[in-house]
Amino acid sequence: MLSINNLHVSVADKPILKGLTLEVPAGEVHAVMGPNGAGKSTLGYSLSGRPGYEVTDGSASWNGQDLLDLDPAERAAAGVFLSFQYPMEIPGVPAMTFIRTALNAQKRARGEEEVSAPAFLKQVKAASQALKMDFDMLKRPLNVGFSGGEKKRMEILQMALLEPSLLILDETDSGLDIDALRIVSDGVNALRRADRSMLVITHYQRLLDYIKPDKVHVLAAGRIVASGGPELALELEAEGYDKFLPTAA
Amino acid sequence: MSAAFQIDLTNAETFPTRRTEAWKYSDLKRWLREAPEPSGTALVGAPGPFYDLGGEAIVFANGRPVGVTDFIASGVQTLRLRFLSDAIGTGHTAAARIVARPGARLLLLETHEGKGSAYVAHNKVEIDVARDAEVTRIVLIEEPEDAISVTNAEVRLEAGGRYRQTVVTTGAKLQRIETQLSHGAEGADARLDGLYLLKGSRHADLTTVVDHLAADGTTSQLTKGVVHDAARGVFQGKIIVERGADGTDARMAHNALIASERGEIDAKPELIIYADDVQCAHGNTVGTLDESALFYMQQRGIPADEARALLVQAFLFEVIDRIEDEAAKEVVRAWLTARL
Repeated sequence: MLSINNLHVSVADKPILKGLTLEVPAGEVHAVMGPNGAGKSTLGYSLSGRPGYEVTDGSASWNGQDLLDLDPAERAAAGVFLSFQYPMEIPGVPAMTFIRTALNAQKRARGEEEVSAPAFLKQVKAASQALKMDFDMLKRPLNVGFSGGEKKRMEILQMALLEPSLLILDETDSGLDIDALRIVSDGVNALRRADRSMLVITHYQRLLDYIKPDKVHVLAAGRIVASGGPELALELEAEGYDKFLPTAA
Repeated sequence: MSAAFQIDLTNAETFPTRRTEAWKYSDLKRWLREAPEPSGTALVGAPGPFYDLGGEAIVFANGRPVGVTDFIASGVQTLRLRFLSDAIGTGHTAAARIVARPGARLLLLETHEGKGSAYVAHNKVEIDVARDAEVTRIVLIEEPEDAISVTNAEVRLEAGGRYRQTVVTTGAKLQRIETQLSHGAEGADARLDGLYLLKGSRHADLTTVVDHLAADGTTSQLTKGVVHDAARGVFQGKIIVERGADGTDARMAHNALIASERGEIDAKPELIIYADDVQCAHGNTVGTLDESALFYMQQRGIPADEARALLVQAFLFEVIDRIEDEAAKEVVRAWLTARL
């Protein structure tokens, strides 16, 4: 279970999250929706430990483990995976090398045995086929010169191979056309499991047609201001975020 | 003759200072006020990084030749040129001369293997590449952090001669690796690459002077470097295209990363062109490690130090990837990986 309690986060001394409380039980998919500037990306970065995102109060734990005490790589080894809105380009490091390095680093951190090169190659081939990815892309430097859709697919491939237990999807639908959106959503849906939780951060309801959430939360001005079932997303789509925004004095 | 060639370790008057333009970033006199006492003998111990690639060997131990100092290559040959230093506070000079006869193909594997401390080493290499010959010179340098060394190579290319050079160093207290190359006749082809990976307060200065005296010569240069801590990297690349050297194609690039607050890079690219029909270009970039990329890698589980090393390795390997000889390339890759 992901458990966030009264989380306060500042960026460059400016408070962004102001007492965010949220729980995602194991096996559930929760959507966090909100207008621009509500703190959606900050939530993802805070949970994954990005430098510059200073937690000033509150707590966040995953399966009982305090996340805020861990460095980003330790959080990854504990199962946290943040799918970036704009995945970074890693020049000179082939995608396959990158993923294998990450997988083995996580395994080392958990005291597990590393995966051998041939065994890994098999896993990669199967996973890339499932995502209809050209295998040659995996020999190229990670994300360098990839299209928006290719980058997102590469994120899903990494999820499939790293097998995180907590998935945070930050605006996964941005920059995707409808075909790419379907492939990426299918990839995410294939990862749904009873012991895996997902936090889907999105501005638009569109993504939730493809990745069906168990619950929807509205994030506005740094706090969760409303929670409900999937119908809440439709309501937001129809009526907008206005009623959740603090009224100007 | 360059200033480096004229350095005489027994005479402090010959040590350049930063008032000499070509030495302004590497003030030898500052670190070496007096002539060092001459080094004693040294033993030849370990076989050196390129031992497995076989071939002939020229070995200097504290400047003293262990056997021959000159080598004439014909046909396809491999030569290991080893400059060994094992001294404390003393100085020594070594000089080797290499000739590749017409049509020869020489793989010249040079290593500077330093032990001891605070020694001063001066190494000179003369290389003549005859008509249609090819020399590939790969240099691996590892010295103590308090050593001082100056290495100067003078390379002369005849018509159609090909020269490939890759210098890889981890620096020293003050270390200068200088290459003077002349395209003496038409249609010669040179690649001069360099790589420095510096930690602590180490200093490495990769200086090249390429002189196009004849037509239709090509020069391609790629130097990349990374400085950590308070290290300092220097790149000076000068390309001169003399009158009449038409059809010259010369390209020079230097790209460096500063991976710390106190690291320093000094770069001085120079193109001096007296001919009309030439193509010349140079590029120079100095940056820092991409913090966003670092976070992305950590988010996927790669610890910060490993992520940094991976980015640095990827950055530097571009230079090593240009080495044509596969076996030598593998040795250099492994050598560098062990020192990241």
